[in-house]
Amino acid sequence: MFKLLNGPQTLGESRVFWISFLLVVSVAMLYPAAADAYDVGNVAYLLTWTFMAMGLCLVWGYGGMLSFGQTLFFGVAGYAYAVVATNFGGDAGTTFLALIIALLLACTVAAVLGYFMIWGRVNGVFFGIVTLSATLVLSFFLGQTAGPEWRIGSARLNGFNGMKDMPALNVPWAGGEPLTFEGVPLYYLVLVLVLVVYLGLRVLLNSRFGNVIVAMREDPQRAELLGYDVRKFQLATFVIGSGLAGLSGVLYTSWGQFITPASIGLPAAAMPIIWVAFSGRSDITATLVGSFIVLWVFQVLTVYSQQAALLLMGAMLLCTVIVAPQGFVIGLVQGMRRLMVKGAAPGAPAEGEITA
Amino acid sequence: MTVLLETRQLSKRFGGHAAVSNVDLSVSAGEIHCLIGPNGAGKSTLFKLIVGLHSASSGQVTFQGADVTRHQPFERVKLGMSIKMQAPGVFKELPVRQNLRIALQHHVRPSELTAEEDRLLELLGLTADAARPAGVLAHGQQQWLEIGMALALKPALLLMDEPTAGLSPEETYITGELMKKLNSEGMTVLVVEHDMAFIRQIAQQVTVLHFGEVFARGTIGEVIADARVAEIYLGKTRDH
Repeated sequence: MFKLLNGPQTLGESRVFWISFLLVVSVAMLYPAAADAYDVGNVAYLLTWTFMAMGLCLVWGYGGMLSFGQTLFFGVAGYAYAVVATNFGGDAGTTFLALIIALLLACTVAAVLGYFMIWGRVNGVFFGIVTLSATLVLSFFLGQTAGPEWRIGSARLNGFNGMKDMPALNVPWAGGEPLTFEGVPLYYLVLVLVLVVYLGLRVLLNSRFGNVIVAMREDPQRAELLGYDVRKFQLATFVIGSGLAGLSGVLYTSWGQFITPASIGLPAAAMPIIWVAFSGRSDITATLVGSFIVLWVFQVLTVYSQQAALLLMGAMLLCTVIVAPQGFVIGLVQGMRRLMVKGAAPGAPAEGEITA
Repeated sequence: MTVLLETRQLSKRFGGHAAVSNVDLSVSAGEIHCLIGPNGAGKSTLFKLIVGLHSASSGQVTFQGADVTRHQPFERVKLGMSIKMQAPGVFKELPVRQNLRIALQHHVRPSELTAEEDRLLELLGLTADAARPAGVLAHGQQQWLEIGMALALKPALLLMDEPTAGLSPEETYITGELMKKLNSEGMTVLVVEHDMAFIRQIAQQVTVLHFGEVFARGTIGEVIADARVAEIYLGKTRDH
């Protein structure tokens, strides 16, 4: 299985790449010892969004399905976590039950929506339109749930104000007091999950499954004529990517102990598209690194002006489409590779040759 | 000889137009069967009905004794068909080796994949291009790569729609020799084609379509000797 960490679908397989990877992981593990609690919590917050970015990269970049509605699954899972955790009270690790229920619900919604779209031959731009419509429907619906009648058990949905004060993720711990994932523990939890998801996706993408999903992105009919039921592969890809968006939703809700319809609506739905397009949708590493950088820049700017930050996001999307349609991080890697090939001795890869 | 593929009264209508009408076709195991006819004869429509890309208006398709008329294309492939369409259907952004791997991984164990890829690359003369994106290959090489992908499925029946489209005479000849070699190893081949030189090179049995109906059938010698077939190829039409 470890062999599949490297392969044709993922950039970076050299010794230098993996040494750099270990260095980055080591720095990340030591970071809480050197930074203050606010910054650690902030980085954990930025990392919670990368699951949604990686999920969209899988669905769009590798699977060829532009989903404009990943925040639908983010919202479904976030609200589901809030409702279950509020009702169960969050003692004795029940928040992990809430996490599992939330992820299952997000995957179920993705499976139902995906089934009707994929079996109904909805593809191309229409795939984006339908997924965007679905997320807008959920956002508008949640926005009108301010009345006291909109409650599930003891959890009120609260309309545009959203839900708040649900218990954070926690597990039973020695001494009777549960370990609550806030601050540094949350940072480590999110970091470990990022590593597991990133490495897991690398293995998945370089497996037989990964070969089929890039084939169906290139030419679905040809993939079918090689004996693959493309619809099932598309649905599986969509559900996995949506489940990752759901994981972002749960971690975000647990991090801030609130969730509102604004995190599902149109501006929120556009963000993952920008992160992934800017980074380079055709590679999971580029998406992870690029999205983290974009999120960090966005947050720094938001402190001064949210409008300026949103304008920057729009400008970045335009620049990506015009200057580097394959994404800036991928473009940077390819530029460096060209420079290295130019300076390399005879025997360097020929023009057009693919090397990971 | 065992009948591998059979169509019975197979028809396809588009609105009021009958593209294929009541076609009975029989392909026996081990033969190279060519489907020919002038432009608009319904060859490609019949091909798409056989592989499942069009649904039949009426009639039946059986393959290895099973009724596959309502089967999806991927289900027919799983039963032993392998299909090469007219335009090169390679995955252009993926390396040549990966194109073959996607086809091979169905039935080849992971530990044997590389060796099997190498064997096919050598057969197709693409060893030096293994790491290049398929899209940068010349047109003829792309056609061969797609034939290689079709062969990678180890099919009982290889179906090809105009495999020599866009090829030079030399490339066409090489393709024909490859077909004959595969046939001598036991593979059954059904080819839709209008290049008569290629047909003469490879065909054993020929079915001629005209206006969506079977116009003539027989061995290649019988069909070439049929004056009516020469007539429709010269542009004259039969009375009906």
